[in-house]
Parts: sequence; structure tokens; C-alpha cells
Amino acid sequence: MTVNVIGNPLPRVDGHAKVTGSARYAADFNQPGQAYAVIVSATVGLGRITGIDAKAVQQMPGVIAVISHLNAPRLAYRPHKAGVDPAVGERLHVLQDDRVRFYGEPVAVVVAETFDQAERAAAALRVTYTAERPIVDPSDPKSQPIVAEATLRPEAFVHADTSRGEADRVLAGATIKVDTTYDIARENHNPMEPHATVAAWKGDRLTLWSKSQYVVNERAEIAAVFGVPVENVQVICPFIGGAFGTSLRTWPHVTLAALAAMQTKRPVKLVLTRKQMFFTTGHRPRTVQRVALSVTPDGKLTSLIHEGAGETSRYEQFIEALTSATGHMYSCPNARTRYRLLPFDTGTSVFMRGPGEASGIFALECALDDLSYAVGIDPIELRRRNEPRIDEGENKPFSSRSLMKCYEAGAERFGWSRRNPKPRSMRDGRLLIGMGVASATYPAWQSPASARVRLLASGVAEVEAAASDMGPGTYTSMTQVAAETLGLPMDQVRFSLGRSDFPPTPSHGGSWTMASVGSAIRAACIAVQEMVAARAIADQRSPLFGASLDGVEWNEGRLRRRGDTSAGQPYRDIVARAGRPIEADASTQRDPEVAGRYSMHAFGAVFAEVAIDPDVGTIRVRRALGTYGAGRIVNPRLAKSQCTGGMIGGIGMALMERTALDLRDGRPVNAHMADYLMPVNLDIPELDAHFVDEVDPHVNPLGVKGLGEIALVGMAPAIANAVFHATGKRVRNLPIRIEDVLTA
Amino acid sequence: MTPTDPHSLDPLSLKKGAAEPSDETDARLRVSRREVLQLAGGAASLAAVPGAWAQTPTSPGSGPAAATRVRLTVNGEPQHLDIDPRQSLLDVLRETLDLTGTKKGCNQGACGACTVLLNGKRIVSCLTLAAMQDGASVETIEGLAKGNRLHPLQAAFVEHDGLQCGFCTPGQIMSGVGCIAEGHARSPEEIQFWMSGNICRCGAYPGIVAAVADAAGRA
Amino acid sequence: MLPFVLEKARSAEEAIERAAAGARYIAGGTTLVDLMREEVERPERLIDINTLPLSGIREEGGELVIGALARMAEVAADADVQRLQPLIAESLIEGASPQLRNMASIGGNLLQRVRCPYFRMLDVGCNKRTPGSGCAALNGLNAGHAILGTSDHCVATHPSDLAVALVALDATMRVRGPQGERSFPVEDLFRLPGDTPHLEHTLLPGELIVEVRVPGSDHSRRARYLKVRDRASYEFALVSTAAALVIENGVIRQARLAVGGVGTKPWRLRDCEAALAGRKPEKRVFEEAAKLAIQGARPLQHNHYKLELLPRTIVRALELTGEVA
Repeated sequence: MTVNVIGNPLPRVDGHAKVTGSARYAADFNQPGQAYAVIVSATVGLGRITGIDAKAVQQMPGVIAVISHLNAPRLAYRPHKAGVDPAVGERLHVLQDDRVRFYGEPVAVVVAETFDQAERAAAALRVTYTAERPIVDPSDPKSQPIVAEATLRPEAFVHADTSRGEADRVLAGATIKVDTTYDIARENHNPMEPHATVAAWKGDRLTLWSKSQYVVNERAEIAAVFGVPVENVQVICPFIGGAFGTSLRTWPHVTLAALAAMQTKRPVKLVLTRKQMFFTTGHRPRTVQRVALSVTPDGKLTSLIHEGAGETSRYEQFIEALTSATGHMYSCPNARTRYRLLPFDTGTSVFMRGPGEASGIFALECALDDLSYAVGIDPIELRRRNEPRIDEGENKPFSSRSLMKCYEAGAERFGWSRRNPKPRSMRDGRLLIGMGVASATYPAWQSPASARVRLLASGVAEVEAAASDMGPGTYTSMTQVAAETLGLPMDQVRFSLGRSDFPPTPSHGGSWTMASVGSAIRAACIAVQEMVAARAIADQRSPLFGASLDGVEWNEGRLRRRGDTSAGQPYRDIVARAGRPIEADASTQRDPEVAGRYSMHAFGAVFAEVAIDPDVGTIRVRRALGTYGAGRIVNPRLAKSQCTGGMIGGIGMALMERTALDLRDGRPVNAHMADYLMPVNLDIPELDAHFVDEVDPHVNPLGVKGLGEIALVGMAPAIANAVFHATGKRVRNLPIRIEDVLTA
Repeated sequence: MTPTDPHSLDPLSLKKGAAEPSDETDARLRVSRREVLQLAGGAASLAAVPGAWAQTPTSPGSGPAAATRVRLTVNGEPQHLDIDPRQSLLDVLRETLDLTGTKKGCNQGACGACTVLLNGKRIVSCLTLAAMQDGASVETIEGLAKGNRLHPLQAAFVEHDGLQCGFCTPGQIMSGVGCIAEGHARSPEEIQFWMSGNICRCGAYPGIVAAVADAAGRA
Repeated sequence: MLPFVLEKARSAEEAIERAAAGARYIAGGTTLVDLMREEVERPERLIDINTLPLSGIREEGGELVIGALARMAEVAADADVQRLQPLIAESLIEGASPQLRNMASIGGNLLQRVRCPYFRMLDVGCNKRTPGSGCAALNGLNAGHAILGTSDHCVATHPSDLAVALVALDATMRVRGPQGERSFPVEDLFRLPGDTPHLEHTLLPGELIVEVRVPGSDHSRRARYLKVRDRASYEFALVSTAAALVIENGVIRQARLAVGGVGTKPWRLRDCEAALAGRKPEKRVFEEAAKLAIQGARPLQHNHYKLELLPRTIVRALELTGEVA
């Protein structure tokens, strides 16, 4: 029953809570005596506040406070930086001065007795400004790319410039080559759950029920902002209604909720409107890229150039791995990458599912598809001919790499051999059919993490970590790790997460939760077993008395002497005799020596089939398949869900998603769920996700590589390549829409 | 916790606009005149804002409290409430009755997270004024299970993994209950069409369709 | 949302009296509540008309009669509607979401406000919302905006799918006001923006839509609604076409065409219809006729594609109509 819990397709342990509505998200934590705060957002794109007429609003029904830079306390804003924050620059200090840095920046917060009163009062608050025209577009002549300072550091995950060989010279002299540019729209994460914080002070202690992918950091950051000891702040977030990166950082609204609660001496609930979620909670940066490739007639890459730039704010240098994967994807003696930033008058960008890779791989994989036509070689075969033996960028072996295995398994399942490579050659009735393929990759990170395990006399194991579950199934997968390691049935393990006073874990992002938190839980389980064993060995009443630690073994929640076939002694007896729960903490991180030796990434091959109406240009994905080599799969049921979900995100990126800015004032014009298009149920084709067997002994003790990001990477280029195959028209900008293929 | 608005409009301030062209345009014209007047008053500060119009405040009402009395049956239980007429059914459920299972995703009728059954039909509660629903019966996600026994569609959502983050799930399930009751769950394609008013950003759509199909088959 | 007084209508007469005095009707609320929350709409008094007996759907001598308070979902599912006017059912289920269709009334659907994003933004000029304040869409992001019937004051498209179908089918509407009842073609409900885009329709003060009447005719059976959009559902049309044909002996005797997503009001294409009459129902003929649709069209910076998409959508809709058995 308890053996091999890892690898079982178990249903979600939190499924019951989620289907009954009892799972509580940030805005569900109503507090007695709670007031409501609504943010007033700037209506100019750059400028200064010249006046705020709070007096009239103060007298409106139910209004408790109107807080702006005119009356807000000067907050401590002690230096604080976490890994999720840009290394260079300083966070937005909210309501601390009269400047407006971007459209939608919070300029005031109104607190009232009821939500409707607060909303009304916020709308009525009259703010006047002086305004200048902001720069928000790469085409603006005043837009200048800059080198991000952090990309010059040797340990950076993306470098300003990398080079091996002589890519430019070889490209110039090549006869078979492609040289292409790409423009990917800004995207907003648009999780279903709006950002929300309920804040309550008791004296100088603050509790935040707040949507966060990183409760430990939210606690530390808010403590730094308010200048209070970290221990005085508690952040609670048991459930996250989707986030995809937008809740990695602690954005200004959290400060505003805490500030409003402080000023009014009331618990305050603050929920962003859907529109406000386009202002100050980050976005996938718009990127512009160039990829140039050259190849020998038999399909061997001779040069590879990848240059790209992404938008960031004026006050922080947000960087992502736009060009990082290029160095290790394919074998090529001459390769050069360049990464720059475009500082705009906008809020700071942030990681969004598959950050960097999703955009960078789009450009690279579309260019490879072009190249396959230029050289007349099947796109999968072209990739096979350039499959590297080692990571040529880092000059290190891969800890494991299953890209070609993914292509082989995927091509077979997808029926790639049925594809006639000629563009516009396949039809189904009137519809143009296209089949496309692309590679996916994402680093297999592991970050330092800790966990606690507590064995109770009831036989139950309580497991705690300050982790998060925004949907991948952390609750379930971590319970599986603990159940398997401790040899307990799933229902004897109670895993809790989402409290900042639990053992610290890294942010819930970067596809590293399984590797990081899972490893810590595994280590804590092993540690608690040793403590239990030590007790039993020292206990004269135990059948294990006097045994050596090496001389005992665990079997289904029981301890016995090695080689003994009896049932042995159950945990609960040993714990009961101890008279109190037995508890162990453990912290884990990747062995730096191993980390230095190997290049560690997950890989995948993504296939898509599109049907395009040649008359009216509608593009529908008909079926798609993702095949992934991502190490060990802890829960195949949830893993498949996670991957098909990521592929659906990729369909959105390819065909729908775009945050459109009005260049006159930088406002997102489609900041509305009906205008920012994301896939609905009817858009979803037959989807399949498949995992090739991959054993990686190096990445971490669990052998997992993570799935959340790679599931999105590769989908957009597979679709774009399929659109080209269907129509003969190459669209290099995302999203690809009806008007792009109408005249194909 | 029953929020009430201590103020409302003074009925005497209502203009008798019989000479206006129509009821629709009437209100707009009055608003616009007011806006234009107030903008003129604030011209000095606005002049510096090219192309941007400041939000115009409206003078707050000074009349007495105008809570509206509403009787609802929520998940079979009668509720007598004094509410602000502006309150959406969604906010009454979440903020007044603390039934937080129903979610606010966009508050604009564009996502489906707030779907409940109103008199047996699926609707979005964010665009429903509670004050207009006197005497209505409302079913929310909290009322679906019978004790510890899940409704077949709830069980099917767990079984087919028709959820990830879980935030859209209450709305999906209530919409699915409506979809099945309407007879719109006879094939996966039909389910996809009739469940397209509920956005799932995690992309759990395949599981959602499977769950609705499964529960419809059992119903 | 601004505070308002909510009243329930006890009779149509009373409701009309209140509305004539400045109150606003509310039925499903899907447009009004949404825009009230944005404070684009600021009614001081609402009159809930859901209690009025205006929700029936019936056939009268081949004519389909739809009460103004019938809900979109109800109408789409009605057996008489599906039998007599399948185009109406088709246009209805392509609009909104199942939940919104359960809420929104037919009268409200026709009176729904535009989806121009700038209309909803109180911090930009919008002549429709605030006469004289300018039109932010004219030089803004206008990919979704109209190419037909626009003026220098407003370029917003009318969003209703149903209205396109009703205009194609020569539907009429009956309204009741302080001076009694009158009937007129649905097409005449809508005004062009001109220099008064804040005046969207021709109802007189207090007038209440009672019902919509769709005459039975030969083309009702051979009729299709085609809605083109980037997402498969739950999106407003980029371009839509309601097409109906009467074909006798292999020749088009009569054609009806109206389009959505391109006009500042539901747009009937009488020139195209005339060009089809007496011709064979074949693609070449459809294409020739469809070209006429963009005569006089005024594209904006971002919606040139509609010049291409509109004729193609018309042709495709006509082809689908021709395929109807």
C-alpha cells in the first residue's frame, strides 16, 4: 500500500476542499470589523500629481480614510532584495512622493465601511496631474536598449553577451541561411484570482492573508517596508487561485493594504480590480528578437546568432532568460547571443510561466523551421543532425538530456510521418491543415529549502513548509514524498503550507518547487526517522533496544532490525513512549560541486496541428502533443494536467494574448477579461502530454526536473510553424491572428 | 456583518426630464452636463493634462439610510437581509453571508467564476443586483454536497482532475450543474460550447469536459 | 457605483410614467450593472421591469412574436423560434456566455451599449459618454472599431449579434410610451453617430420595448449567422454576417444580408442583396456582391483588415446559406 507512492497517479488531496468551496483564498479571510480599501490609480502615463481633493471624498458615506502621498506616513523601506526582485533598481515606493512613473500607478487608497462605498469614493476622488508623454514602445525613437548590469555578472542566469567561434563572419559567408526578427506582445498573467490582501494589525504585529507565491519573502519585505522586525509579520496563504509568476513579488497593493489597516486601526480587505491587475503586478515583457542561422547543405549548423531585448521599467532592471537556452540547444561551433533591456515608462515586468525561454525559444524554433525549408530537411531530422553531445555553451555534460527521445516518441504518437512537408499541401475539406513542431527546454533548478516533520502518537505525520500550491498539486505531491519516505499511507500524512512561520522555502516558481521543497521534505522525513530510531534503540522496552543505527530499517511505518522479517515496532508506539511528538527540521540544497559539473535542463518536443479557414482566416489548434523528458514524474495524473494546462497557456500566447498599450499615455487599453483574450473551453483541441522515461541521478535525490514552465515553452513556436505549414505564410509576431493569415 | 449605506440620494434631487429625448439618453445627457460643468470649474488644473479628463466627483447624497430589505433562500436557508441596493449578489454572498466559495474573478461578467444558480438557472452573480432578487432562491457551491457526500459533479471534478488552482472551480461546477440540467452535455463538443462561459486560466479544460460528461452520463 | 433608488414596476403604465420622468429601466442588468459599476452609467432611479408580463414567445399567423423580457437563452431554445427563424437562435447562442444568455433580455440586448474600450474609460474623451469631449478611439487603438457609418465623432461598433439577424429579417418592434403604442422596423431603432453619438436610438422618453415581431417569409428557412472572431466563443465579432436566401429553380429570388462588427449600427446591405437577386447562387456571384459591402467604408489606422475580412465573411456566410438543405 505504501510502497512506491511516488509515481502513482493519485487524485489531489485538496480536491475535496476545492470542489466544495471550502478552500480559502486570500480574499476569503473575512475578519470581524473589516473595512474595505480600493486603490485609486494614476490616469496619466508620466508626470506629477498636482492636487488631490480628498476633502469631498472624506465626507462621503462610509468613508474612513483617504490616504495619498499628501498624508501617508514616510515608510521605512529598508533595503530588501529577494531572488524574485530585480538585482538592480529599487522597488516602487508607494504613496511616498508626487511622481507618476507609469499609467495606473497607485496614487491613493480609499478605505470605507463597505466595498460599494469604498469603490464609489475611490471613483470620486479627484486627482489632478501634469503629464508628459511616456515612452512605452520599442518603435519610439527615444527608446534606447541598455545593458542590464546584472547580466554582466559571471553567475547571472542570462548574460548580456556570449560568444563562441565567429558567428557573424561565418553567417556573412554562408549560402544557406535565415536571418529573421520577432516581436512578441506583452502578456499579463491574468490568473483567475485577483491579487488580494486582508491586513490586520494587533499593536505592532501584522497578519496578512495575502495572495503570494513566496510567503517568506512577503513577510520579510513588508517588515522591511514598515521597519518592523520580521517576526512581527505573519503571511498566510493556503491557496492561490493561479498566479503564473504574478504573485512572486510583493507588489505595492500589499503595502497599501497594510498601510490602510495601520492608518484606520481596522482589519482591511484590499482586492485589485481586474483592470488594476494590468498596472502594478508585472507582465511578461514585450520582446523584440533577431535569430540568424546558417547551415551546411547536409544540415549542420555553422552559425547561430540570437539577439533580443525585453521591456522593463525605468526604476528596476527586470531580466529573464531570453537568450540563455540558445547556447545549449544545438551543436554549433559559432554561436553568439546578446540580451538587452528596453526601459519604458511602465511598471516592472516579472516572470511569467516559462519566463525568458517561452519567448526566446519561440524565435529560435521558428528560425529553425525556416531553416529546415531553406535546406530542405525535415525539421525533426534537422534537429537530430545538430543534437549536441554536451552543453556547448557551458562546456559541460548534461546531467541527462532526452530531447531526441522526446522527438521519436512524439513523432510516433502524433503521426508526424503523415505530414507532407510542402506548405499549403494538406487540407481537410476547405480547411488548410498545418503540422508544426518545436523543441522545449527549461532549467532543472533546485533552490535551498527547508521542511519540518512531526510524528504524532496517533501515527499521523505532520509536515510543514512555507511553500505554495498555485495549482500544480504541491499539496498532493509533497504528501506523496512524505508518505513514501516515511512508509505511511497517504491519509496519515498531513501536509501544510502557505504560512511564513513554517520552515522557509524558495519562491513557488521556476519549476523548482518539487526539486527544492520535495528534497527538503524527504530529508526531514529521513531525519525524523533517525530520531525515532535513536529513541527506540535507547529504550529498554523497545524490541530494538541496543541495535545500532545502521542495523535498523524502516518498513511501512515500522522500525525493525535489518534482516528481521517481523513487523517490528510502529512509529506511534515509539512516539507514544516519548510522551510528546517527535519533530525534525531539515534544509537541503543542491551540492555545489555537482551543480558545477553538470548542465541540468528538462527538454521536450511539442507538436501541433492547426486548421485554418482560408476564407475568413480563423485559426484553430486541432490537436497538440507535448512529449517531455523531465526526470521522475511524481504524480502522472497531476503532471499531465499541469502539462496540458501549460500547453493551453501556449495556445493563448500563440493566438490570443496581447496587452495593447495606447502610446499616447501608456495605458493598457484591453485591461478587461473580455478584451484580453485567453483560451476558452471551445478553443481547446485534443491535447496529450506524454513523458519519456528519464532517470537523472544528478539533479536531486528525487530525480525530478520540474514541469510548470516547460509545459508552456515550445507550444507557441509549434503552432507558428504549423501556421506556416498550413498557409505558406510565416508570421513572426505574436499573437498570430486572423488578420495575419487572411491574405496568406 | 450587514453593511448598510447610511446615505442615499435625496429623491427631490431627481430631475423631471420629460423634455429629454428618451429615457436612455436622458440620463446620459444629464450626466454629461454635470461633467462638463465640473470640468469647466476645474479647468485650471486640467489644462496641463493633454488629452486626459479628470474623473469628476459627484456630490454625495445627504438623505437618510436607504437599505433595501431582501428575502433570499440561499442553499435552502431563508435569509432576511438589509442591503445596499448597489450590492451585487456576489458581494452579498461573499461579504454579507461569508459564503466565500463563490469567487470574484473579474466583476465584469467576463470570466464565469461567480456563477451560481438563481432560481435554478446559472447566472453570473457579479452582474446581478441582489436587491432585485427578493424572494429568489440561490444555490452556491456550498450547498451542493449533501453532508460529506459530494454531488456527482463535484466527485467527477476530483476524479478527472478538472481543476488545478481551484479558483474557477466553484463557478465551473455550478455552471456544469446548469449545463447538465439544460441538456447541453450530450457530447464533449457540446459541453465545450456550453461551458465556454467559464474561463480556466490553469487550462484544466480537458478534465472539466470529462467531469461534466461523466456526471451527465450518471445523471 | 453611484447610489440609486430601485423600484419594482407594478404596471407598465407606472413604469412608463417613471421612466418618462427620468428613471431607467432595468431587466437583466448585464449591460447596465456593468457600466454602473464603472460609473459610465449613472442612473439615479432604476425601475425593475421584470415583473411586467412581457416575456412570452408565440407565433401569430406565421409571424414570430418575442416579448421584450424574454431571455436570450429562452428565445434560442424555443421550439417556435428554431422552427420559424433559426437565424435568430443561431445569432443568440453565438453571443455572450450561457450565464449571460440566461440573464439578458431581448429588449436589453438591442439597447446594449458599445464595447469600445475608451467608452468605459472615464479619463479619456468619448463623445458618446460625454458629448464634446472628443473620441479617443479615432487616433487610439481601433482594430475592433467600425468601418461603416462612422463619423469624426464616434467609430464604435454596435455589439449585438441578435440585432444583425433581426435587421436582416425585417423584424419590427412594438414599443409603448406615455403617448401610447407604436411599431417600427428594428433597423430604425438605431441611429448613426453623426455629430451626436450620445444619441444611440430613436426611443422617445419613457418608451418601453414591448415585443419584437419577425415576419415569416420564404428566406427564413435558408438563413445562417456567421461570426468571425479570434476566440471560438465568448467574444464579440470582428465581423459577422446574417445571410438569408430564397432560391428558386437554381436562381436567387431574394437575398437578405446584414453585417455586424463593422458598422456603428447593425448594417443592412441592400446593394449586395440587389446584386444577388436573379443570379445563380455561386461563389463568383457572391464575391461580386460582397465587394459592394465596403463601398464607402472608412478604415482607421488599425482596422484595415476589416476591408478584406468583411467581403470574405459575407461570401462564406452566403455559401453556408446555400448549403442549407
